[in-house]
Amino acid sequence: MKNLTKVGASVFDWLESIGRAGLLLFQSVFHRPKSLVGALALLNKQIYSVGVLSLVIVVVSGLFIGMVLSLQGYSILVKFSSEQSVGQLVALTLLRELGPVVTALLFAGRACSALTAEIGLMKATEQLSSLEMMGVDPYRRVIAPRFIAGLICLPILSIVFSMVGIMGGEFVAVDWLGIHDGSFWSLMQQSVIFSNDVLNGVIKSFCFAIAVTWIAVYQGYECVPTSEGIGKATTTTVVLGSLSVLALDFVLTAAMFGDF
Amino acid sequence: MRNKQVELLVGAFVVLGCAALAYLAIQVSGLAFSDKKASYQIVARFDDIGGLTQRAKVSVAGVTVGSVESISLDKELYMALVTMNIDKDVDNLPTDSAAAILTSGLLGEKYIGISIGAEDTYLTEGEEIYDTQSALVLENLISQFLFNSTSGDSK
Repeated sequence: MKNLTKVGASVFDWLESIGRAGLLLFQSVFHRPKSLVGALALLNKQIYSVGVLSLVIVVVSGLFIGMVLSLQGYSILVKFSSEQSVGQLVALTLLRELGPVVTALLFAGRACSALTAEIGLMKATEQLSSLEMMGVDPYRRVIAPRFIAGLICLPILSIVFSMVGIMGGEFVAVDWLGIHDGSFWSLMQQSVIFSNDVLNGVIKSFCFAIAVTWIAVYQGYECVPTSEGIGKATTTTVVLGSLSVLALDFVLTAAMFGDF
Repeated sequence: MRNKQVELLVGAFVVLGCAALAYLAIQVSGLAFSDKKASYQIVARFDDIGGLTQRAKVSVAGVTVGSVESISLDKELYMALVTMNIDKDVDNLPTDSAAAILTSGLLGEKYIGISIGAEDTYLTEGEEIYDTQSALVLENLISQFLFNSTSGDSK
């Protein structure tokens, strides 16, 4: 009986936390800012810390992943004398899957963990309650700019990742392995459709952005305001964010590219 | 000054994103808005489509003039019903043209090749190509070869 009560209580806790997360999203996004200029200044600052500072890791990862894909693809395709298709392989893999997914995983590790730690520290040092005491809404001032910055930055980072990956793939295939330049690009162009592949990748990364940024701001806002609590919340952000990206990826891929 | 620098970097970041999207659109996909291109649809029935897939190209004399829109099963005739989008500017395909499922290279993708007929009337929206040639299935060829060679031996 005691165990049953425990299970029931944990289910209620879980439902409650989902409700709180939903309210947090609603209150931060659907509250109109008092002044547009002030809101834009806050957003600008967050885009810098979430997006611009993540650019280096995204560009370097994209470059090496594109190069490795090209190298691996070539080593397999050359056995069937169809090594020209390596461009098609690199472009479709990056645009449909690796671009959105790997960028979202990197984003969860680099930017979202920082968001959680920052908001958690604000809570621990009672900055959030001080804001409330001064009549400033912390949802509008702290949560909303961070959440919206995440939604803007992740799709941009994902596009940059794919672009750099394709350039890295081209470098290895054309300049290094000697595949004909024209056939590399023409086979790629023949198989990649802008509305189906490029835009679906952008839509995917936007969905990932909603999931990981939401988890990050919620974990930060709801963490136990101690150093241990902040550490735990940061870890939870990375774990839950990464898992939700992979799970969402399956659902979105099935919806976008599946033939049901 | 610090604020100005942040704004500048954010601006550069957004411009980089737009430039990357433009690069992907033009360089990688060749801006292939194939769905939006003005086209008309024709259909053809095949006994066996082999590995033909959606979005496979449709060509006349080796020049791509359209793509495969959808593939379904004709439940009455038990044949594959292939719907093709043909570019609007290629509006003079004779009604007695033939469609064959071909393979580009030894291991390349399957595509539909249209051989031009001699009629003066042209295919229009929703019309059908009746003269079709199915994909060559390697297994069938091998079995035919084996059957013929064994029957030849017995004679």
